Amino acid sequence: MSTSVSVAFEKARADGRAALVGYLPAGFPTVDGGIAALTAMVEAGCDVIEIGLPYSDPVMDGPTIQAAAQQALDAGVRTTDVLRTVEAVAATGTPTLVMTYWNPIERYGVERFAQALYDAGGAGLITPDLTPDFAPEWIAAADARDLDKVFLVAPSSTDERIALTTAASRGFVYATAVMGVTGARAATSDLAGPLVARTKRAIETTAPGLPVGVGIGVSDGAQAAEVASYADGVIVGSAFVRTLLDHPGDLDAARRALVALTEDLAQGVRS
Amino acid sequence: MTQYDADLHGWFGGAGSFGGRFMPEALIAALDELEIAWQKAMVDPAFVQEFEGMLQNYAGVPSMLYEAHRLSDHAGARILLKREDLNHTGAHKIRNVLGQALLTKRMGKTRVIAETGAGQHGVASATAAAYLGLDCTVYMGEVDTERQALNVARMQLLGAEVIPVKSGSRTLKDAINEALRDWVASVDHTAYLFGTAAGPHPFPSLVLSFVRSIGDEARRQCLDLTGRLPDAIAACVGGGSNAIGLFAGFLEDPEVAIYGFEAGGDGVETGRHAATIAAGSVGVLHGARTYVLQDEDGQTVESHSISAGLDYPGVGPQHAALAASGRASYFPVTDAEAMDAMALLARAEGIIPAIESAHAVAGALQIAPERQGQTILINLSGRGDKDMGTALDYFGLGTAGPSPVSEQGEEA
Ligand SMILES: Cc1ncc(COP(=O)(O)O)c(C=O)c1O
Repeated sequence: MSTSVSVAFEKARADGRAALVGYLPAGFPTVDGGIAALTAMVEAGCDVIEIGLPYSDPVMDGPTIQAAAQQALDAGVRTTDVLRTVEAVAATGTPTLVMTYWNPIERYGVERFAQALYDAGGAGLITPDLTPDFAPEWIAAADARDLDKVFLVAPSSTDERIALTTAASRGFVYATAVMGVTGARAATSDLAGPLVARTKRAIETTAPGLPVGVGIGVSDGAQAAEVASYADGVIVGSAFVRTLLDHPGDLDAARRALVALTEDLAQGVRS
Repeated sequence: MTQYDADLHGWFGGAGSFGGRFMPEALIAALDELEIAWQKAMVDPAFVQEFEGMLQNYAGVPSMLYEAHRLSDHAGARILLKREDLNHTGAHKIRNVLGQALLTKRMGKTRVIAETGAGQHGVASATAAAYLGLDCTVYMGEVDTERQALNVARMQLLGAEVIPVKSGSRTLKDAINEALRDWVASVDHTAYLFGTAAGPHPFPSLVLSFVRSIGDEARRQCLDLTGRLPDAIAACVGGGSNAIGLFAGFLEDPEVAIYGFEAGGDGVETGRHAATIAAGSVGVLHGARTYVLQDEDGQTVESHSISAGLDYPGVGPQHAALAASGRASYFPVTDAEAMDAMALLARAEGIIPAIESAHAVAGALQIAPERQGQTILINLSGRGDKDMGTALDYFGLGTAGPSPVSEQGEEA
């Protein structure tokens, strides 16, 4: 059975806080090492997990995530390894999404992937290079199984496109609140607040109750707290990846650092 | 609009078939803005006139249609060469960049970015930027900057910044990725001059609109010269801009057979090639659904070709649709066949073609036996100056004495 991420968002909302969404690509540093890392993030306080499907041409990713995905690909990670990772993480009871560029899904077969994801207990997909207007197959396959469809909005999106995106999304809508690729940033963006406000306005009429998650290069608890003040979810990716990259070959140290980062972020979304 | 054009969403060959726009939401507004500006420009006589003026007075267009008598004797067919090699900067690419750069000015943007493999599109972009007073940044795979140092120098002399791309396979596809990453962060003041008729809608149609004069000119010139249409036309296909530019002039003439020649590298059977249509499968790459060289999991596979301009694991979606519908046929030509054709054209006609274009010549020679006495029109997309380093190594040139290139090709 798959659990929609909306369960985690509702729980966080009931606690009067934002949800913490943590990302790592599958197969990094190894498939089992990645599962261990993600499990540690769950135990230390991530409410939702995003598992990246490593892809050869990741146009929306900055150097940190590129490096991790490349390392996974060089080690031979397969789409089936991603599904295995989903299964292991979803078994913890934490809603688990796959974040993927579109071609690997087309190649696997949209229906076939949707079913495999469902069978593995995955909640759904985040699709950074697939917008709802080019996603009829995925939307049909997801709707048939009640899988989450997390589409993205950006500061450059028109109000019309934000409405189209929120109407098509399920689980949450992902606000990329900087114009640029993924990567940790020292300062938060002044584009984020206005984007979230526009998105919430669209949600009122198109998808009442849909949470807004913000991805913006958050790397510590203080930034997480700031984003949590206006968003329903704080998405953290590059900072987790960086932590693993900084501890090559020392799984224990990496795990300790991941736990410390997660706890700091979890504190942030609660302040 | 014809059945061969894209629909409103950029689909060729029917909704959901080939093309479309598989892009991050952050770039959708820019693509929409570009599409609207382009459509308005194309119906604005002032824009069209300025573009045509630039082509004529600066780029040296229309290029001539040249009857290659000695090559015709060799082939047993009447061979006409569309001399895009004589354009300013040495290839058809100048048409596309002048169109896109002029559109950039019209949109009030001040900076252009481009990707380049061999450096031809980079040089053309740097040229157009210099000509129109725009800032220019070119992304080029690190491997290619080393292979094509001379073109790096040309771009720099023209005032462009060349950024070596160190990610992925460090070649053309990664240069496109990096240019897209730049564009996401700079889109308010920067235009992306896409180098071929591929990518997300509207690029395939937009690039076609700037290069279709190749086919329109060739059609008129062929009628003037021979009194009738050619029996067959041929072009090399990398991303597909020179080919689609030629093909567009003849798509609605069913009596004209259309051939695209892809890079067969070491031979399709070796796996080291760039024959995307002949040996790839349908997938999504760089924003469009098309034929892609990919593995079982949809990871892009590296392509191989002696010609950097054809060394790309994707292809423009309109070619994918033309192949699927059977209107055009696509065949691979190996490195060795292309190099033989390069030498042959040099010896027989005194024309040194780009290695890309030599693929079209080689392909045309392969279809000639079935077309004895017929007219075959070949797009000679570029000149070979940029390829002299490769030719030097390949043929063992450069030491004084008799030519080491065998005359076999010419005698055969
Ligand atoms: C001379 C020449 N011909 C052909 C090509 C291939 O591009 P396209 O398929 O877009 O025409 C290139 C690309 O660099 C080129 O330089």
